Amino acid sequence: MSYSNVKIKVNGKVIEKEIESRWLLSDFLRDKLGLTGTHVGCEHGVCGACTVLLNGEPVRSCLMLAVQADGLEVETVESLAEEDGTFHPIQQAFANNHALQCGFCTPGFLMSVKNFMETHPDLPTDDEIREAISGNLCRCTGYSNIIKAVKEAYVLKC
Amino acid sequence: MKPPKFSYLRPNNLREALDMLAEYGEDAKIMSGGQSLIPLLNMRLSTPGYIIDIGRVAELKGIREEEDALVIGGMTRHVDVEKSALVQEKCPLLTEGIRWVGHNQIRSRGTIGGSIAHADPSAELPCMLTALRGEIVVVSSEEEMTLSPEEFFLSYLLTTLEPNQLIKEIRFPKIKQGSGFAFEEVARRHGDFALVEVASVIELNHNGTIVDAKIALGGANSVPFIPEATEEFLIGKKPNDSILKEAAVLQLDELDPEGDIHGSKEYRRYLTGVLLERALNKAIERAWGGVIV
Amino acid sequence: MKQFVGQNVKRKEDHRLLTGSGKFVADIRIENMVEAAILRSPYAHARIKNIDVSQAKNHEGVLDVIISDDLEGNVKPFTEFVEFTLPPQLEADIKPIIKQNPEPMLAQHKVTFVGQAVAIVLAEDRYIAEDALGLIKVSYEPLPVVTDPYETIKDDAPVIHPHLGNNIQSHFEVKVGNIDHAFSQANHILKTRIKTPRVSGNPLETRGVIAEYQERNQQLDVWSSTQVPFMVRSYLSKLVGLVEGNIRVVAPDVGGGFGPKCAVYPEEIIIPYLAMKYKRPVKWIEDRLEHMQSTRHSRDQVHDVEVAFRNDGTILGLKDQFLLDNGAHNSFALCCAYNSAAHLRGMYHIPNYDITGRIVLTNKTPNVPYRGAGRPEAVYVMDRIIYMIADKLNLDPVEVSMRNFVRPEQMPYETGIFYRDGANMVLENGDYVKSLQQAMKIAGYEEFRQQQEETRKNNKNIGIGFSSYIEGTGIGPFEGAAVKVDSTGHILVGVGSSPHGQSHETTLSQICADVFGVNPEQVSVRAGDTSLLPYGVGTFASRGAVTAGSAVHGASKQLREKFLLIAGEMLGVTIDELEMHSGKVYLKHSPSQFVTLQEIAQAAKPGPRCKVPKGIEPGASATYYFVPPTVTFSSGFHVAVVEVDKETGFVDILRYIVVHDCGRVINPKIVDGQIQGGVAQGIGGALYEEIIYDKNGQLVTGTYMDYLIPTAMEVPEVEMGHQEFLSPHNPIGIKGVGEGGAISPPAAIANAVCDAMRPLKIEINSLPISPNKLRSLIEEAENAESVLK
Repeated sequence: MSYSNVKIKVNGKVIEKEIESRWLLSDFLRDKLGLTGTHVGCEHGVCGACTVLLNGEPVRSCLMLAVQADGLEVETVESLAEEDGTFHPIQQAFANNHALQCGFCTPGFLMSVKNFMETHPDLPTDDEIREAISGNLCRCTGYSNIIKAVKEAYVLKC
Repeated sequence: MKPPKFSYLRPNNLREALDMLAEYGEDAKIMSGGQSLIPLLNMRLSTPGYIIDIGRVAELKGIREEEDALVIGGMTRHVDVEKSALVQEKCPLLTEGIRWVGHNQIRSRGTIGGSIAHADPSAELPCMLTALRGEIVVVSSEEEMTLSPEEFFLSYLLTTLEPNQLIKEIRFPKIKQGSGFAFEEVARRHGDFALVEVASVIELNHNGTIVDAKIALGGANSVPFIPEATEEFLIGKKPNDSILKEAAVLQLDELDPEGDIHGSKEYRRYLTGVLLERALNKAIERAWGGVIV
Repeated sequence: MKQFVGQNVKRKEDHRLLTGSGKFVADIRIENMVEAAILRSPYAHARIKNIDVSQAKNHEGVLDVIISDDLEGNVKPFTEFVEFTLPPQLEADIKPIIKQNPEPMLAQHKVTFVGQAVAIVLAEDRYIAEDALGLIKVSYEPLPVVTDPYETIKDDAPVIHPHLGNNIQSHFEVKVGNIDHAFSQANHILKTRIKTPRVSGNPLETRGVIAEYQERNQQLDVWSSTQVPFMVRSYLSKLVGLVEGNIRVVAPDVGGGFGPKCAVYPEEIIIPYLAMKYKRPVKWIEDRLEHMQSTRHSRDQVHDVEVAFRNDGTILGLKDQFLLDNGAHNSFALCCAYNSAAHLRGMYHIPNYDITGRIVLTNKTPNVPYRGAGRPEAVYVMDRIIYMIADKLNLDPVEVSMRNFVRPEQMPYETGIFYRDGANMVLENGDYVKSLQQAMKIAGYEEFRQQQEETRKNNKNIGIGFSSYIEGTGIGPFEGAAVKVDSTGHILVGVGSSPHGQSHETTLSQICADVFGVNPEQVSVRAGDTSLLPYGVGTFASRGAVTAGSAVHGASKQLREKFLLIAGEMLGVTIDELEMHSGKVYLKHSPSQFVTLQEIAQAAKPGPRCKVPKGIEPGASATYYFVPPTVTFSSGFHVAVVEVDKETGFVDILRYIVVHDCGRVINPKIVDGQIQGGVAQGIGGALYEEIIYDKNGQLVTGTYMDYLIPTAMEVPEVEMGHQEFLSPHNPIGIKGVGEGGAISPPAAIANAVCDAMRPLKIEINSLPISPNKLRSLIEEAENAESVLK
């Protein structure tokens, strides 16, 4: 079928929509739900800017059809801060450490780091952090402040 | 970069999947993890009439242990293999090699069957499967058959899979007691396609003689390459530096890697020898060190 | 009183960017908007025989398909950007030949590079627009292709733009001293060819344009991911024939620029034109494949250089003939080429200098400046030469460098040439000797040399390399700032520069806050919008902090003076009895008497209650344009420590050190961030990145699988040291810092690799240092060695 009905839990809310089956999850989130915090950088699965969590795991939303997420749960950058704007510890750590410049790649990093921290509860080494974020490209920061931020996020979350 | 129009089909079980394949196979693409297919769709390099998404076919998922092998369903994701304690215990080569597949975000969608079916000669799974002398179980609505990697992989991105077939499961033989393994790869950047890679399993007896050697070279030919003469050369020998050096270059002349901007044919051929020597050293050291024993 | 300049004030930009509420061009949605997709040339050089758009036009959901003929008479082609033409005194000095090579908005009659725009589809969404691209039928007749800069200057090369006569678009010479005499006095002459490849800036956000036209007031609003909104407005007005005042160009949140977004592009002209034509908002978001092909590239220089030196390493003279392969067009006059010529001698005193530059055209994507803009190329040439001289004389390269530096006592140092802005090029201050010593101290140079000997015995190859740079930063012609205090006492600053990661909102608020004695939280900075000011320039060439910072400083001071005058009226005293701090104006001798900024702002309103002294315009605002006398010279040293895997040819960067001088530091964390980020791009250029075309002009590196941008695994943390020689050319003493980090890594890393392989004496004269290339060099050297044995 070239159109499909999907029911996706996005940032805690269940969304039901009919969409063209060919629509990418990234475009669905951005254009159909207005969640433009998820950015599109390469659309061929290398840059990681479009990383979201699918059932808690990091995926590239440009390498998924929205219809593939039917029945599943998606979390985007918009889910991190509290309603009043209070930062999630990872966001706070990024701000404290100047871990972003233009900010375009940042939402993808935040989502990758969220999953990493959940799956690696103990303070990781720099090399482990480097590997964990190696699927996200940043052209501004040169990464070192992002690594510092991840370490600080471990401290803040305690 | 947006996918072209197609009809989307999502079977709920294997029977449905095979029926759909039987009906639409000629004009369909199977989507498992989609990590190779969707970029091709986005670039409009692939324009199938139908996409058959086997993501919900439960029979194709999971890792089970048999006497000699781990049997991994085609729809099992890389991340599930990477984190499996069973795999780590019975076939640690897989645990080691699978970390070289792309990045986290790819491994949480990409599947074992997808990688095998894609048949990229520089990909990690085809190489490891070949080294382990594993098997691929292929199924259609009419029959099921078991193929060796040598039978299955035909050439660069080409396999024996017929339009009505899909990969049901893959059998990865367990690594035996007394064996050491190694996976060596170099890529331009971490997570890139391998320039070349080597997977090897070496079994030593109690006095340190090689009693079995299984090797596969990835990215060195249009399909994963088993250097049989090298394996034979090693068996029965007590390894030392000069023997391993000799073994590493024994069959380099037979390799025919594709050259590209990241590495010429000659460089890749040469590099295979360097990695093979490193892999043999590491596997033998582990066999002695008793990682498996 | 607390000063905020010099402090790590937290970024004002971060909240929106971290919560996903930033607004980049692609995030903007307007009702009734159509989306554009662009058909691009698959040929590097071909005649267009026919374009059949009928099927595409009839496709459901398609509004229209536009080709070059549809623009005829309505949209003019690009010629040279006047912003980059030469000042008269420089032109008189170097007497360049620069040929005009107009670039059509859509390919007309023929295509000259792969990726050139041929047709545009407007449709209900991007998916449908891309469907329709596949239905356009273009019949091409392929023409001979030239992609090599040496081939393209041959007499029998196919001429890309016949009206130019040949493919040499520009030519210029710069001469200082007596080069022949210098060469006749030398003990040694060294000749070599050194290449810097073509690379791509690749901001993570691609380009994008949205335009909306409102017929009721002829207002055209354009949102573009650009570094230069004022320049976009100017060319839109000129090329489409519109009243400039009716155009507003906004650069919203911009996801990186690095130079490629400093050009004005065909899409920035056509998309607004189409929004007017069809009376519907139009959106075009470039995808990454388009970006690789059509967003301008950079570098691509090859230098044939000769250097004359004495036995002790003193350089007497340097001759260089270089080609800059600019692809199919050049609209930037001599920008990068002259930057290379002006910076090639760097911080070295080389009294005799003779350089000839030629910009040549080939069937490749046009080039524009990219982070460093001509300096990384020049530095790579000069610092490889320092190492070659050291090799030849068997001296330590540090010694060769030290022998040739411009000394602190020679400052300000006249270089004997003009800068690109037309002023005499003078290095104003700095201490290069101390700076290199500081860098080498951080690196532990002496200890490293011992360790190197030890590790060589274990067949491990580690090496150390350094590179120096100077950079003319903060180029004019001007930048503007408007500062006002609103009726709540909040300070609003508008600037003409246009950030894309540089943190203007934070740093400029620090400067303004210090002038008024308030907290930066009381200051809001807006940028990237032509409605903020009558004139503006933009953010590029390490100019933001210098020019916009000085403009904000100037405007704030003017408004402060005015506020003191008004406060004097309000308190009935003269201005010398007043002082301003903490957002209030106090009586010096009686600090309990004061008026607040809010009260003064209210008293500045025109009308009967106005307290603005007679003869001065009412109002609580001031606008100031900073016109720098010339550039400021930042400088620095980079040191790379590497390990080479001799067997595989892979290079691992073990340590990376930078010592630099960017004058007054406004915000240390932000400065360090610029350096670290620049180094990451430089490492890309040194080891990974290269835009490659095949013989047919096809782009081989068209995806992120082929064009390798460094990840967190490839970039070490940079260890930094700072020097702070204040520039005399602006009120705060700032020198620019944006590009410095990216200038030296290729030279430092190449030198370190050569140092690691010193027993084999390999020479690395091209980039990137791919494992394949390095392994080949090692193998050649090993074979040569075994022959000698």
